[in-house]
Amino acid sequence: MSNAEAAEAAHEATETAVDLRAEYESSGVKAVLEELEHDLIGLAPVKKRIRETAALLLVDRARKRLGLAWQTPTLHMSFTGNPGTGKTTVALKMADLLHRLGYLRKGHLVSVTRDDLVGQYIGHTAPKTKEILKKAMGGVLFIDEAYYLYRPENERDYGQEAIEILLQVMENQRDDLVVILAGYAGRMERFFESNPGFRSRIAHHIDFPDYADDELFGIARHMLAEQNYSLTPTAQDALKEYIAARRRQPHFANARSIRNALDRARLRQANRLFESAAGPLDATALSAIDATDIRASRVFQGGLNPDRDAPA
Amino acid sequence: MRITQGAFSFLPDLTDEQVSKQVQYCLDNGWAVNLEFTNDPHPRNTYWEMWGHPMFDVADAAGVLYELKECRKVYGASHYIRLSAFDASHGWESVKLSFIVNRPQEEEAGFWLQRSEAEGRTIRYTTHSYATRKPGGERYT
Repeated sequence: MSNAEAAEAAHEATETAVDLRAEYESSGVKAVLEELEHDLIGLAPVKKRIRETAALLLVDRARKRLGLAWQTPTLHMSFTGNPGTGKTTVALKMADLLHRLGYLRKGHLVSVTRDDLVGQYIGHTAPKTKEILKKAMGGVLFIDEAYYLYRPENERDYGQEAIEILLQVMENQRDDLVVILAGYAGRMERFFESNPGFRSRIAHHIDFPDYADDELFGIARHMLAEQNYSLTPTAQDALKEYIAARRRQPHFANARSIRNALDRARLRQANRLFESAAGPLDATALSAIDATDIRASRVFQGGLNPDRDAPA
Repeated sequence: MRITQGAFSFLPDLTDEQVSKQVQYCLDNGWAVNLEFTNDPHPRNTYWEMWGHPMFDVADAAGVLYELKECRKVYGASHYIRLSAFDASHGWESVKLSFIVNRPQEEEAGFWLQRSEAEGRTIRYTTHSYATRKPGGERYT
């Protein structure tokens, strides 16, 4: 028990009212939510759900302090949405939020996929899954593309074993561990249908919408600003056109596609500077991305060549 | 006879909550926590068997307690289980804390003292555990 908690417990007997507003600010929840608002562009429904969850937990905690009936709420969640919509980023923030509210002791995030949980031969799966669960205790276990755990076409698949261990720990050690399942909406839905145990143990289903074009543009500027790059006015127009064009092409992964596009633009910019620079360059020249860096993309030449994987 | 080995052994047995706090202290110091078990409680028996691997990358005591419960399910009735914390940092590379977290349910048998006469009037002493008179599978059951 930390000092603060001990003081809280001693205080408990005399407490008759809780100032939620003060609680909101002192627990650091406000800071996390503001960070969320500031760092994440778009995602309005997700932010709304997180604010609601935070409010619920805050009220729960206040009830506990006043001695009202209280039990550990189920905090396991499922995040559904297309690739690149920020599921992992939000999971990180969620871990931080739950830690500050006192529902997680450590607040770290362990991100895994099927390979980390399921073994390759009989008797390999249980120790592997338990190893990961131990690592994640006190924090959040984030299972990306969770539906791969269940393979109905192979009845001897070891995924089922991992699912059973997961369910058991999710039920019995709710104080120690929060599990977040993530994946594409449709396939997650089918996964829950075939594993009713999961559905009933997960209280919060949060859906991540795709980003609109202007949101993606905002994200791009945010990413560039973090790396001390800037777009020239013509480059801004080029990027807007790029986003609109890229969306219509295959393998579009929202913010992740944008990040990759920016990485390639930086590559071209470096190349351009290297080949064309006659004299010394100042910081502005080194950090300006020009329209030519973006317009050279293959997306403007009619799109991706299906024979080649990476869009250039 | 209640055996006293490692830290806290003159105190009443630690509860799970107390064990968990000790473990958290170890983890916060960056020590790897191990679980070991034996049914040969001789103080010079340093070869306890390990339960699983050392837990190097566990952040929270709940992970260790989970393994301890699993170990108790299998060996709790008939074996001693101890928990040791290994500091891997350069210059130490040794166990920093070790204490017993489980004792056999059967009464602990204790030791007898064996004298043997050696050359001249010399007498040599050795201790044997009553438990080890039985074969491995039958001790404390």
